[in-house]
Amino acid sequence: MSGITLPEKLQGVELVQSVRTPIRLTYDFIPGRAAQAYLRAFADKKILGQRCPVDGAVYVPPRGVCPMHGVATDEFVELPDRGRLGSFCVTRVPIPGRKDLELPYVSAWILLDGADIGFLGLVTGIDPARVEMGMRVQAKWKPDDELTMSAENILSWEPEA
Amino acid sequence: MSAYEPAVDVAVVAVAQTQAAAISLTEVEIMLPLINAARDAVGITQDRIGFTCSGSSDFLAGQAFSFVQSLDAVGPYPCISESHVEMDGAWALYEAWVKMQLGEVDAALVFSYGRSSPGSLRDVLATQLDPYYLAPLWPDAFALAGIQARLLLESGVITEAEMAEAAAAARTAAVTGNPDAVRSGEVSAEELLRAPYVADPLRAHDLPAAADGGVAVILAAGDLARELCERPAWIRAVDHRIDSHQLGVRDLTSVSSASAAAERVGAASRSFDLAELHASFSFEVPLLRRALGLGADVSVNPSGGALVADTMMASGLMRIAHAAERIHRGEAGSALAHATSGPCLQQNLLCVLEGD
Repeated sequence: MSGITLPEKLQGVELVQSVRTPIRLTYDFIPGRAAQAYLRAFADKKILGQRCPVDGAVYVPPRGVCPMHGVATDEFVELPDRGRLGSFCVTRVPIPGRKDLELPYVSAWILLDGADIGFLGLVTGIDPARVEMGMRVQAKWKPDDELTMSAENILSWEPEA
Repeated sequence: MSAYEPAVDVAVVAVAQTQAAAISLTEVEIMLPLINAARDAVGITQDRIGFTCSGSSDFLAGQAFSFVQSLDAVGPYPCISESHVEMDGAWALYEAWVKMQLGEVDAALVFSYGRSSPGSLRDVLATQLDPYYLAPLWPDAFALAGIQARLLLESGVITEAEMAEAAAAARTAAVTGNPDAVRSGEVSAEELLRAPYVADPLRAHDLPAAADGGVAVILAAGDLARELCERPAWIRAVDHRIDSHQLGVRDLTSVSSASAAAERVGAASRSFDLAELHASFSFEVPLLRRALGLGADVSVNPSGGALVADTMMASGLMRIAHAAERIHRGEAGSALAHATSGPCLQQNLLCVLEGD
């Protein structure tokens, strides 16, 4: 504050140390053409991907475009709810707001049979110490009467029966 | 003699754009066909393009790093040289143009897009204000424009009739000038003036016609431009000037940064067949006309401008695109394209385009 002389009535007042200016904006989520089909399919316990017309690579979740070739991916592919486990991580500290997660929990990259890209999921039904890359897993779905148009229909991934 | 001569002749050689009141696609789904259409129009593939630059806003998308996902629409493999501005696409074009002045690349892809329909644009825009004194008050974009319009009316710089005339002219122009216009049709200024105020002194016709959309542009230098395009729209000059971010210290009855940019591009010593002005609010048309020193002979906003379809983050680049298309088709020999950013016309960019 050197070099600044405050008006007399402001001299000796408590200095402003900080201000809080909360910002909140609300948006609708518009999934778009590809993700809309993907989300709708979850209500029927189906997992949809899309195939690249150039090299046949299957992407899940589908985004309507092949990021390698910059072309539209119009062909939908139904994928099985099982595959292999890619990289994984054992976490021993809780996530705020997720009291339902029993510690330690395992998050993993799931590569579905027939897909060329993995997506994230939780692994349950196995001692975390026994989880291995490459092990076979299958989806554990919500009960049929609780299904919605959401990826949350898959509660977790368990070792294949 | 203009203020400066570009070191390298660069031209807009291809354009693709779309707008609609609300588009239920993701940004990448909007941009994919446009980027391909622009490249295909001149038969150029991504591996021939030396630089790619885009403009968009995470605050608009409501998602951090949203522009990274949009790059999927380009096909960024093998790796591309790429940049992004959190600005209207006109500034992405400026960055690409500067890169081309260095002689590093002779072809560039520029694109931008915005989807304001999922949120409240007038509130989102409050977040661009200074975070200590203005943003905490949440003045929405209509309120700030209303304050500027009030100043202009009270000081006698413009009249409400001029505002209505600008709105009516835009809708008339849109009938033939922009097939994607959200507002168009013959209407008289008198009729518009009978409508109630929305944000006094602004009526509905004074407000932007919000539209989702995107635009892609291909730039090419020298001989490549002539090879790709029968009638390239040469960029003879570009300039960008900024007024203070703090609205309280600005004279809102003029646009000094627009006038400064006009001087830098030598607007006074040039003649323009048309001008595409990025005026989202009706009063900005007469205000900018004066600030840029445009004579009565210049056709302003033959596309209808942003008053008939305004896409946040893309309207400025769309002005350049509309002007370039007129030159491509031989309907104009010279054009002045204008883009703005920030509250109350804070930042202004001018681009002078000419045919051969």
